[in-house]
Amino acid sequence: MPFGLIKYALSSGHPAKRFLLARPELKPSYDVVIIGGGGHGLATAYHLARYHGIRNVAVFEKGYIGGGNTGRNTAIIRSNYLTPEGVAFYEESVSLYRQLSRELDYNILYSERGHFTLAHTDSAMRTSRWRAEVNKHLGVDSELVYRDDLARLIPELNLSEEAAYPILGALYHPPGAVARHDAVAWGYAGRAAELGVEIHQDTTVTDIEVTDGRVSGVVTDRGRVACGKAVQAVAGASSEIARMAGVKLPIRTIPLQACVSQPHKPSLDAIIVSGSLHVYISQSDRGEFVMGGSTDPYPRYQTSSSLDFIEGLMSHVLELLPHLSEVQVMRQWAGMTDMTPDFAPIMGETGVENYYIDAGWGTWGFKATPVCGKRMAEMLATGRVPALIAPFRLSRFENFDLVGEKGAASVGH
Amino acid sequence: MKLMHCPLNGWRNIQEFTHGGEVVAEPDPNRCSDAEWAEFVFMEENKAGMVREWWCHTATAYWFIAERDTVKDEIIRTYDAGEVFKERIEFTRPEPPKEA
Ligand SMILES: Cc1cc2nc3c(=O)[nH]c(=O)nc-3n(C[C@H](O)[C@H](O)[C@H](O)COP(=O)(O)OP(=O)(O)OC[C@H]3O[C@@H](n4cnc5c(N)ncnc54)[C@H](O)[C@@H]3O)c2cc1C
Repeated sequence: MPFGLIKYALSSGHPAKRFLLARPELKPSYDVVIIGGGGHGLATAYHLARYHGIRNVAVFEKGYIGGGNTGRNTAIIRSNYLTPEGVAFYEESVSLYRQLSRELDYNILYSERGHFTLAHTDSAMRTSRWRAEVNKHLGVDSELVYRDDLARLIPELNLSEEAAYPILGALYHPPGAVARHDAVAWGYAGRAAELGVEIHQDTTVTDIEVTDGRVSGVVTDRGRVACGKAVQAVAGASSEIARMAGVKLPIRTIPLQACVSQPHKPSLDAIIVSGSLHVYISQSDRGEFVMGGSTDPYPRYQTSSSLDFIEGLMSHVLELLPHLSEVQVMRQWAGMTDMTPDFAPIMGETGVENYYIDAGWGTWGFKATPVCGKRMAEMLATGRVPALIAPFRLSRFENFDLVGEKGAASVGH
Repeated sequence: MKLMHCPLNGWRNIQEFTHGGEVVAEPDPNRCSDAEWAEFVFMEENKAGMVREWWCHTATAYWFIAERDTVKDEIIRTYDAGEVFKERIEFTRPEPPKEA
């Protein structure tokens, strides 16, 4: 047995397969071009190839796959939103996530923890009850819990009434989960590539050709390709890419920061979020405490992180979980989020024929990755906008028909 | 700590300021179409590069204009809004709608 192992280690024919083949040359033309190799673009490519038989597809990614917000988020997955449109949509995503490891034959470390949105004020308690009722009505597992429940469910939580913002209760969402975000990008990319999708990393889109109101080609720093249809899924770069196609968006690019601690033994099961204190925290399967806060105070096309952020965040983290005072922060970073005025995404048609958009994912889009892939692919394949995503159309802003997703706010996703 | 120069109060910590969005021409609400108004209310240039924006020094409630590079995160110039807006904006009563 040990000899077998040594032989295996030294042999050149390792069965371990490479995830992606070397970057291919550009073809002159594709049926579908996907701009942006984050989770959303890759999931769309996978669904096109796997469920709609559309395989002449190229994904153009400026850097490396998953290097945008997909690899920078705090990986919280939940469906306890406030609007019926939002709840129905995120619920489909959660159900896809639950079986995603099997679907992709790749472990995304999906881990259901229970998600608590703490309420520190009477009005937050009222909103929590509202959300719980909307959720239950739509079949989502959510309930309002009180201080005695919290003492039992999260023993580490500081429930002292001496705290600056004492905790009154919480919206409890048992299916709330975390997953390994890189694995989501790699899983979709690997499977899409096996089905013939070309994934072009290190390929920047520099222009979009529109002829007679219809998209006809995409220009990259490696050359131009023709395309039947194109879709952009570029998060913080949404406005810049849309501008290339002559489309204007109601989006601001604002950094969102996060950090992790050194790894510790598992000690925190729950995902804890406080909208009032601008904190969310969970413990990863590697043992790191993953912590985030609210978006930066002003728009920037940058991913630098700041001392202001970490100082502000930690004062609140330590109020909620004082036992973390000895824990050291190991890394902090930022991603560029694409924030909309109503905290809901923008999905669907753009006014340019055959040019589609998946944007406005702000601080809440990781949890939507599978449902976006599925529904964007359906739209590209059939040419019809699926009912589930119709409320998120770009034209809602022209018609003053916003979605008002207060379940999102800029914290706690 | 990042500093910003307030035309009224001098150099201050950027945390004392509130970002107020792009400086854009406001269409006349009594005359423009719904689409023009929607564009004014919701749409953003959101440029990577040089932008001209409203900022407010929160403590003194003083609004001014800043020119900023959103890629380098540098503040190039700040100045009083009077440099751009020379006339007072009148909030007059809208004309009654014309009889159909
Ligand atoms: C700190 C942080 C925490 C977050 N926490 C959560 C959370 O807990 N739960 C949740 O649901 N969501 C969360 N989010 C939001 C979530 O990460 C995003 O909404 C989601 O990952 C967006 O995925 P995407 O595929 O659309 O974009 P990205 O993953 O950003 O992919 C877009 C890609 O487009 C590429 N691109 C840009 N310009 C070009 C170009 N010109 N040519 C080619 N490619 C280009 C980029 O390089 C990038 O890889 C968080 C975000 C951040 C920053």
